[in-house]
Amino acid sequence: MSVKLTASALAIAAVAATSAAARDQVQVAGSSTVLPYASIVAEAFGENFDFPTPVVESGGSSAGLKRFCEGVGENTIDVANASRKIKDKEIKACAEAGVTDIIEVRIGYDGIVFASDINGNEFAYTPTDWFLALSNEILMDGQMVANPNKTWADVNANFPAQALQAFIPGTKHGTREVFEDKVILAGCEATGAFDVLLAAAEGDTDKAKHKAAEKACISLRTDGVSVDIDGDYTETLARIESNKDGIGVFGLAFYENNTDKLQVATMSGIVPSTESIATGEYPVSRPLFFYVKKAHIGVIPGLKEYAEFFIADEIAGEDGPLAEYGLVSDPELTDTQNAVADEAVLGSNM
Amino acid sequence: MTDASQPTVPNSSLHILDARTKRRNAAESRFKLYGMIAIGIGLLMLVTLLTTILSKGTGAFTQTFVTMEVELLESKLDKTGERDLEKIKKVTTFGYAPLIKTAFEQTVETHGIDTDLKSKTMAKILSKSAASQLRDYVISNPDQIGQTIEFRFLANSRVDGYMKGRVTRDSIANDKNITAAQLDFVDQLIEVGALKKTFNIDFIIGADASDQRPEAAGIGVAMMGSLFMMLVVLALALPIGVAASIYLEEFAPKNWITDIIEVNISNLAAVPSIVFGILGLAVFINYMHLPQSAPLVGGLVLTLMTLPTIIISTRAALKAVPPSIRDAALGVGASKMQAVFHHVLPLAAPGILTGTIIGLAQALGETAPLLLIGMIGFIASNMPGTVGEGLLSPNSAMPAQIYEWAKRADPAFYERAWGGIIILLIFLISMNTLAVLLRRRFERRW
Repeated sequence: MSVKLTASALAIAAVAATSAAARDQVQVAGSSTVLPYASIVAEAFGENFDFPTPVVESGGSSAGLKRFCEGVGENTIDVANASRKIKDKEIKACAEAGVTDIIEVRIGYDGIVFASDINGNEFAYTPTDWFLALSNEILMDGQMVANPNKTWADVNANFPAQALQAFIPGTKHGTREVFEDKVILAGCEATGAFDVLLAAAEGDTDKAKHKAAEKACISLRTDGVSVDIDGDYTETLARIESNKDGIGVFGLAFYENNTDKLQVATMSGIVPSTESIATGEYPVSRPLFFYVKKAHIGVIPGLKEYAEFFIADEIAGEDGPLAEYGLVSDPELTDTQNAVADEAVLGSNM
Repeated sequence: MTDASQPTVPNSSLHILDARTKRRNAAESRFKLYGMIAIGIGLLMLVTLLTTILSKGTGAFTQTFVTMEVELLESKLDKTGERDLEKIKKVTTFGYAPLIKTAFEQTVETHGIDTDLKSKTMAKILSKSAASQLRDYVISNPDQIGQTIEFRFLANSRVDGYMKGRVTRDSIANDKNITAAQLDFVDQLIEVGALKKTFNIDFIIGADASDQRPEAAGIGVAMMGSLFMMLVVLALALPIGVAASIYLEEFAPKNWITDIIEVNISNLAAVPSIVFGILGLAVFINYMHLPQSAPLVGGLVLTLMTLPTIIISTRAALKAVPPSIRDAALGVGASKMQAVFHHVLPLAAPGILTGTIIGLAQALGETAPLLLIGMIGFIASNMPGTVGEGLLSPNSAMPAQIYEWAKRADPAFYERAWGGIIILLIFLISMNTLAVLLRRRFERRW
């Protein structure tokens, strides 16, 4: 009897509560690179405002934006974190689900670093090295041939003969795209492989040819030398700890928290640091964003305040906690602050 | 009697082993040895597991604290002097940082510590939670503004790691979060007794903290999330499971429909838990519009997962009650329902209870389905105030919190993940012990 009572009481309580209470906390999901920053902001937001602490989930930029574009309403998320810009395809998908007014907020920049075991060999890379190490096909005597390189010494005579093994972010991560764009593609162009591919590319227009060549450039070898990591940087770190030859791709902030286990490689002669990224010297960096559903502002309490607080000077500025954690603050932060205050949506200024 | 009729004397004795017996005996002792090796390997694994967990996790239960006096300056906290709470709330945690800096300067002076460090650098050995701890205190005690009060602040995770031996002067060579000079200052504070490592209750009752302050993170809120999920599971799975099994076992006709149901229940028990997570996302969140990350949804998903376990164990317990009990009850004129509820069910109760507890323990340790319904991330930060809030406001669960900590960048979170495992294991072991004890105490054999 009592069991029945509890069960029915519970059911009634649940139904009553769902119908009565509107969601009162901001819900965020997306990039695992942005997650630490978002949770720092969420925590400070909960402490300093009367709103409850926002909920921040991870899962990757693409996964977050997909959930963001599911529609408008209390059971959809309010903010999507992304370590890359939203794609036209995604904006279209959003619009089809009724999510039309999207506010884009750039919070700052993040560096992507190449790090290996602290007791291993030191490396000074250029994008060319990475293209020669990981690309599916490389240019040899004017011909594209299957990548024969087995050790770093094969790639560049200055490197030690350490077996090639790279742990790179999986395709659902925004970091992967930056890695492809700023490292592999740059290396492809530098070795001249791009021009060969462009000449051989099929397509009706120049643009299509260009695209096909780029795609061929960034197709990575599948013989186990390059391993996609779909999890977080902790997984990459664990892989390097078990395979000392491995070189991993990390976010700058993650590396800075694990300097006792990892050593960082330079890229084109520049040591990655918040300073070298801010000046633009270090080539592999990318902006971090979050996207806000304008339709939810005013419906979900604290949403606009959260967005404004995130990019306030005391948080995202040069001396703020985000910069301290490893974010490279945005020199144009004031513009972003104004845009958020005006609730300027994507496409309005085009 | 002739010689011919005499039985032939056997050329073997029971006392002398022949080759075949020896082989059989050898096979038996070999088998015993295999058994012992198997148990030995199992025990070795268990011991390795437990020692690893204990050696890595116990550190999470102690934490380094810095005790010092802070003057709650009126000029910083309440410029108007009106003690208007709304105005005091306008001062954010950033506004409290100067108070801590001043407090460090005074501590150095009163204890006579000789150091070249600037107060800003000194303040960095504290957790980022110190400012919010001050602010919370001031907001709940606005009348204390202007007073000097002793506070116990958390030290930051690097200092804590230094106290626990995880961080050494060698390992911080490239670390921008702490310098050797700061560690010297820490040593000086230890000497004067201002910095101590003590038991940390906040790890057990506290909330999750962001990536910048692992030292402040606790598993308490996630524990509440687990508790509310278990309540939902208990309140739904037990009545539904018991009712289903009583019907199937005692009342249902034996035909092909019940056969199919039976096979499906057994199959359901073997379905991977992630499948229930996907189902939960599709049905409870996308279709029924229940809130995301809510323990209610987690509980519903885990109910689906636990039901088959409870049904199977309840049916086994009902089957174990001898038919003579039913026959006797029916014989003195009880109806079928009376026979079941007055006689069979009470006798089967211990078995049902143990099955339920084991099912709950299984559900308590489950992470995979929670991944999909949004219970993993930076979630467990608000302690639920009421039962309704506990069921509906976003929360995490213990195993999900452990998974989340293990993912984070700062190595201090890793220690907390192991600490969380210890707490989770204590829960699981006590639940299983309870199940064994109940079975021992109440089980009847016929």
